[in-house]
Amino acid sequence: MRALMIKVVLPAHLRTLAGVGGGDVLLDVRGQATLRSVLDALEARYPTLRGTIRDHGTHKRRAFIRFFACEEDLSHEPPDAPLPEAVASGAEPLYVVGAIAGGA
Amino acid sequence: MSNVRVLVGTRKGAFILSSDAKRDRWEVSGPHFAGWEIYHLKGSPADPSRLYASQSSGWFGQVIQRSSDGGTTWEAVGNEFVYDGVPGTHQWYDGTPHPWEFKRVWHLEPSLTDPDTVYAGVEDAAMFRTTDGGRSWHELSGLRGHGSGPRWQPGAGGLCLHTILIDPKNHDRMFIAISAAGAFRTDDGGKTWQPINRGLRSQYIPDQDAEVGHCVHRLAMHASRPDVLFMQKHWDVMRTDNAGDSWTEVSGNLPTDFGFVIDVHAHEPETIYVVPIKNDSEHFPPDGKLRVYRSRTGGHEWEALTNGLPQSDCYVNVLRDAMAVDSLDKCGIYFGTTGGQVYVSPDAGDTWTSIVRDLPPVVSIEVQTLAAP
Repeated sequence: MRALMIKVVLPAHLRTLAGVGGGDVLLDVRGQATLRSVLDALEARYPTLRGTIRDHGTHKRRAFIRFFACEEDLSHEPPDAPLPEAVASGAEPLYVVGAIAGGA
Repeated sequence: MSNVRVLVGTRKGAFILSSDAKRDRWEVSGPHFAGWEIYHLKGSPADPSRLYASQSSGWFGQVIQRSSDGGTTWEAVGNEFVYDGVPGTHQWYDGTPHPWEFKRVWHLEPSLTDPDTVYAGVEDAAMFRTTDGGRSWHELSGLRGHGSGPRWQPGAGGLCLHTILIDPKNHDRMFIAISAAGAFRTDDGGKTWQPINRGLRSQYIPDQDAEVGHCVHRLAMHASRPDVLFMQKHWDVMRTDNAGDSWTEVSGNLPTDFGFVIDVHAHEPETIYVVPIKNDSEHFPPDGKLRVYRSRTGGHEWEALTNGLPQSDCYVNVLRDAMAVDSLDKCGIYFGTTGGQVYVSPDAGDTWTSIVRDLPPVVSIEVQTLAAP
């Protein structure tokens, strides 16, 4: 099974929580690159992120989290749909974004 | 000689304020968890270096942080709060059934004897406990299973369990309060609960003296007399002398008996403090004057404490978890405001000064009285 090196860009608060500083996160992902496999790998590497992007148990995306890549909104894609080849090849990152929801 | 450490939760992070017993020069540490809402942080009575903090965000949900060195360093621990069984429904604001959904931890109450045991009051209202230092949390579901849960309704801040008091003489007895369900008591360590709301009257529910449905804002207890509780209800300041079996109103001569905080002097069990707020649609002090009211008679008779507090053009609020006392010989009283001020009175309320004036809106205040190293 091929190992993929996926780039993920996290919001600042989650970078702080995970202790990853300011850079992209590089993840080894086994098998097909999907939202589920990438987030599984992310949470395995950084357990403090569990529950902050998707709910415990159901793995449903939290309401104010969005997933973007290659200038597309992937937030509503099925979790097992293949990510764009540019993400799977590591050429483009997967962006985990906190939704624009006011400035309180 | 002792020190005090004030733990401040705000809308945009936590702050730790430290002083010696004079309480006139303060060091400010923070913001910790900058940008996150910190509803509450509190230290273990059994190990004052062990702190727990509730960190949350509308985007990223709930995180629980733990410190073992008095707040210098922190580590995220478990954040999975799963209701026991099928959660069922409570009432929504319009009275229709609404599913129970976890939103955040409002209050963390460490055990009096074990630093690894902590109780968490959450929204939607339920009580959880960890016995492994926050790694895992389990619901004490007898509270929601008591039977009245489908009749609980959210207050303006949500359906929150915001107060947890542990009886220091009998650790199996605890008191909790929920907006807007009321107060409850367990006598068996949290397995079973009973509502303790007899004597409360609330105009915003169809049956004004119903068993549940009351918007209790805060409970307070003096450790030497755990059967005596004081309550700031939405409207009305109340007391019980029989562990909640019945309540009587002690609002007396307060300018308004709406408010959020209430607390008890560390050494005088009949000396209590409230901060009157104008009403439930104008959450600021009457007449733009920030006044703490003190009763030395357990209620009924109140005096305004104003020395050092703004007495004109002040329109802040003082939220329900934002008052605390230290246990130094001359009891210190502390409260925080939605304007970002934290006030201290080192002389039991006679005079006040601000420790900080420009924090984000203050949600909670706790104070630790520490032996000097």
